[in-house]
Amino acid sequence: MLRNLTILAGAIALSPLALQAHRQWMLPSSTVLSKADSWVTVDAAVSNELFYFDHVPLRVNNLVVTAPDGSRRQPENVATGKYRTTFDVHLPQPGTYRIASVSNTVFASWKENGEMKTWRGDAEAFTREVPANAAELRTAKMNSRVEVFVTAGKPDTRALQPVGIGLELAPVTHPNDLVTGEAATFQFLHNGNPAANLEVTVIPGGIRYRDQLKEQKLTTDGEGRFKVTFAEPGMYWINATVGASMRGPAPAPGPSPSGPNAGPRTGGGPGPGPGGRGFMPSGDRSSYVATVEVLPQ
Amino acid sequence: MKMRLPAALSGFLAGAAHAADLEVSVEIPRLNVAEYHRPYVALWVERPDQSVAVNLAVWYQLQDTAKGEKGATWLKDLRTWWRKAGRDLTLPVDGVTGATRPPGTHSLTFKGSRAGLAQLAPGSYALVVEMTREVGGREIIRVPFEWPASGGAQTAKARGSHEIGQVQITVKP
Repeated sequence: MLRNLTILAGAIALSPLALQAHRQWMLPSSTVLSKADSWVTVDAAVSNELFYFDHVPLRVNNLVVTAPDGSRRQPENVATGKYRTTFDVHLPQPGTYRIASVSNTVFASWKENGEMKTWRGDAEAFTREVPANAAELRTAKMNSRVEVFVTAGKPDTRALQPVGIGLELAPVTHPNDLVTGEAATFQFLHNGNPAANLEVTVIPGGIRYRDQLKEQKLTTDGEGRFKVTFAEPGMYWINATVGASMRGPAPAPGPSPSGPNAGPRTGGGPGPGPGGRGFMPSGDRSSYVATVEVLPQ
Repeated sequence: MKMRLPAALSGFLAGAAHAADLEVSVEIPRLNVAEYHRPYVALWVERPDQSVAVNLAVWYQLQDTAKGEKGATWLKDLRTWWRKAGRDLTLPVDGVTGATRPPGTHSLTFKGSRAGLAQLAPGSYALVVEMTREVGGREIIRVPFEWPASGGAQTAKARGSHEIGQVQITVKP
């Protein structure tokens, strides 16, 4: 038992999904640009203080950059240093871009010849590598989305159309149209459906130079909507999570809330991780982070 | 030709219904700073709900810099104007956009027959002046006025505190 706990603790420390004690974020150099053919550079990191890179870089294994016409763009000059990852995004078209670091991971455990096996990887690899007829198969899906929005010229919403996987922020107020003193409304979706009664955390950047966190805890209504007013201009961190906690030991095996074939299958993700770490989350989990900029009136 | 005549006539009549002119003077202050760049300036007429009724003038760097940078890149720094009007426009706009201007008082006359003003319904408005300066500050001020002027010419003034000097608006009947 003690040995298992040690392995578990090690797995949590290693897993990019396990950094929940800290805050994941991306920070773009600009969110509002005058015209197309501009560039933004983005910092991506995990830290306690927002938005200072002083802990570990955000591992961006799967950057999804969606252009205003819905097409994908490749980030350029991706580099990961000691404390942060940086990359550039070229904005050739006018409109709104969605820049996201996405991971979709499946955890599985099953019994084979009387021995417990565990596995971790993306959904595609799951069907390939985990025996379909595995005994006592349990799975858990872990989804994480860390994103920012950038607009060249006039804001539009095509790139903001929900993907339908995990938690997502749907615009009611456009995320690049935020100013102090005007209430903004957003909607949280979970797997494409309104996420009602979801706790949302909103924290302004600049934590290092103030004594109070100035955190707002908001709850979505029956439609998954919440309203927020930003007192000061600046960058804000918006976060919400649904599902099982990643912290602490996994509870005793029980019925899994989802079968291996439930839910959408996605490519990408972190890829098959080293299996057999002995880590099995207690259920599905989805976390969401967006950084939005609020301008002065 | 016959088709066009009624439209032209009705436009003329609408303009004639309240053919007031707007006289605006805007002072760009002379600032004693190490690095001075002429400000980007936007002037517009705002409705009580803060929506834009008429774009009057936008002064920005029309030419590319020696490094090939486009002056339009920094139009977003006229933050309020950009959000409320600029990002919806295709620039340049004839009769609205122009080159940056040096420090001093600039007097402008906007004819009541001008597009936008000709269609402006009677009511309460504000002249909004926004200025933003490279490596400097930004300021926005509002000067309320009634349109059209009742009785004689109506004058209103305001003064900015750091980026904008004296602003005066006269609505002439």
